[in-house]
Amino acid sequence: MKTTIALTVLALFTAAPARAGVTLSFACDSTGKGYEICKAGADAWAAKTGNTVNVIQVPNETGDRLALYQQQLAAGSSDIDIYMIDVVWPGLIGVHLLDLSNLVPAKEVSAHFPAIVQNNTFNGKLVGIPWFTDAGVLYSRSDLLEKYGFHSPPKTWDELASMAKKIQAGERGANPLFQGFVFQGKNYEGLTCDALEWLASFGGGTIIDSSGKITINNPHTLEMLKTVQGWVGTITPEAVTTYAEEDARNVWQAGNAAFMRNWPYAYALGQADGSAIKGKITVSALPAGASGHGASTLGGWQLAVNAKSKHAKEAVELVRYLTSPEEEKRRAIQGSFSPTIASLYKDPDILAATPFFGPLYDVFVNAVARPATATKAKYNQASSAFANAVYSVLTKKQTPEEAVNALQSQLTRVKGKGW
Amino acid sequence: MLDSPDTPAPAKRGRGGILERRRARTALWLLLPTLFAIALVAGYPLFRTIYLSFTDFNISTGDEPHWVGLENYWNVTEDGVNIGLLADPAWWSSVWNTVVLSMVSVGTETLFGLGFALVINSKIKGRGLLRTAILVPWAIPTVVSAQMWSWMYQDSLGIVSSWGRHLGLLEVGQSVVANPNSALWALVAVDVWKTTPFMALLLLAGLQSIPADLYEAARVDGATRLQQFRRITLPLLAPALLVAVIFRTLDALRIFDMPYVMKGNAPETMTMSMYARQQMIDNAQFGMGSSVSVLIFLVIMMFTVAYVTLSRVDVEGTR
Repeated sequence: MKTTIALTVLALFTAAPARAGVTLSFACDSTGKGYEICKAGADAWAAKTGNTVNVIQVPNETGDRLALYQQQLAAGSSDIDIYMIDVVWPGLIGVHLLDLSNLVPAKEVSAHFPAIVQNNTFNGKLVGIPWFTDAGVLYSRSDLLEKYGFHSPPKTWDELASMAKKIQAGERGANPLFQGFVFQGKNYEGLTCDALEWLASFGGGTIIDSSGKITINNPHTLEMLKTVQGWVGTITPEAVTTYAEEDARNVWQAGNAAFMRNWPYAYALGQADGSAIKGKITVSALPAGASGHGASTLGGWQLAVNAKSKHAKEAVELVRYLTSPEEEKRRAIQGSFSPTIASLYKDPDILAATPFFGPLYDVFVNAVARPATATKAKYNQASSAFANAVYSVLTKKQTPEEAVNALQSQLTRVKGKGW
Repeated sequence: MLDSPDTPAPAKRGRGGILERRRARTALWLLLPTLFAIALVAGYPLFRTIYLSFTDFNISTGDEPHWVGLENYWNVTEDGVNIGLLADPAWWSSVWNTVVLSMVSVGTETLFGLGFALVINSKIKGRGLLRTAILVPWAIPTVVSAQMWSWMYQDSLGIVSSWGRHLGLLEVGQSVVANPNSALWALVAVDVWKTTPFMALLLLAGLQSIPADLYEAARVDGATRLQQFRRITLPLLAPALLVAVIFRTLDALRIFDMPYVMKGNAPETMTMSMYARQQMIDNAQFGMGSSVSVLIFLVIMMFTVAYVTLSRVDVEGTR
């Protein structure tokens, strides 16, 4: 430690003018193994180019990250050069981000899924390069499916409920803490994602349509909320209303759940050495609701450069390095982060490490977007109103009817004179 | 004889006047740096917040604040919907949560704190160790202790949930923080655990200022322990008790960290400060958030005025 400090000081005073290397600050990931895998990539670039990258520790939940970054960017801070931004953020913080359209070659940009590139374009500026995409998937315990005589993961929510009930009843004898189905039920952005999947699979739309009209008050929403309310306390623990991604994964990875809804990152962690359920995981598309088809919410993260960055040139280079096919491949293998480049879904090495990427390609491409484009700068308010309503149904504080009515009026309030 | 006291009096007054004026001028000069510092660190932010509460300032759009008058507080749109803060049920529920949390936890803390203070003030063995041990919860940073409690309340691995299951109070998958009806009380318990030591410390200082000979005299007169407590301890402790209760209430009304760490933005435990943060930081609406802050300021001011009035009445009563 002491020598490091001494060397740094020495480097500052003597070698600094001679060397070309700069120090970049990178606000990256923290969920699961996200930090380590991100740092490995950034360090590889740093070693190659002679620069230094400080990978900053960031909050675990997306809402807390947004709150922090919003303040930094609004204050015109240049402390962080590169941000990993959520798919719903371009409309919220886009004004503070660097336009990458002339800095990253068009050929590199067009290698990524066009829908995500379109999503990252804000007021004609390309504010982020896609890094990994996300879509909600269903995790099932393959050993338990077999044990209870099921041949495949559930195809509908009704099937999931009855299978979960049977497995939970059978497993409780040996493991009193066993649960049928866990998901993200805490009152935060993650619940918006989960509930949008239920809503879309029941044919209830996407809360607010692309023209900005509030569409939540419909019979399908009520049907969906009734179904979901029925899970809580039967196949799902009542405490699901305190679960974010990592809380659900901890229950699942301890072997205490038959099914889990989560993002793809949980696969690599579940298959890691030391996991209680290694080799017992099946990943499939989320079940279908009354509409006859399932739906996954589009998640995923982009790399963006702070418009105020003092080392924009190097920052863009790092972004280009990290979003290259080679780096996305490494991350897909080590962390099961879904690539944003179509050809990687046919890569044999990736498919060997994460087999579900092949069959679930369509799920990733057709994922349902949250209504961030229609609600613009008010997305966060609209989303928290929706999560709040679903939360009050999960905690049984409100009936589905009451919740939908309250949500309708809350969304009207948020919309005010327009989005 | 009659003249002599009269004649020097005007001169004295005159001299005193000059002196006083000179003194006042010196005092003013000495006070200036402090006044300047107060204006800078307290005055400016306060007036800036009040000003911003009348604007539509949004930190994400990058625009300058525009004056919107009272729109943040009360604003009926053409469709007849009031989108002002005073018509938002979430704001009023956060006020209610905060007041309930503050009242119940300050009340409980005062009782427990008084008990602890009496114990550590008496001459028992290991008193020094006890005094130190009692301060531990207060010394742990709130975010750390809140996270610790969160794990203790956790439904499958938490110790509180495990006890609850053994006692037959909780079923598998239930936890006191997850249940919206008990969540607020679970948080009250954490707040009481954390701040009772503070209360005990303030009251201990009050107890130690009571002269011991009063108790001796009472003993000689044959007063029982209970009589001593009611007639000597309580009245003489009243000023310290009042200060402690005011301090804690004003502190509790601003509570943010513990409930936020334990429950996030859950509506059943949202406090006024959390609501302000949600408007300001999550939603980037600095204008609206400033309006919330102004309202919080008013609510806390109401409590302060009430307490100060109460304490005056009390002081006159004891005289």
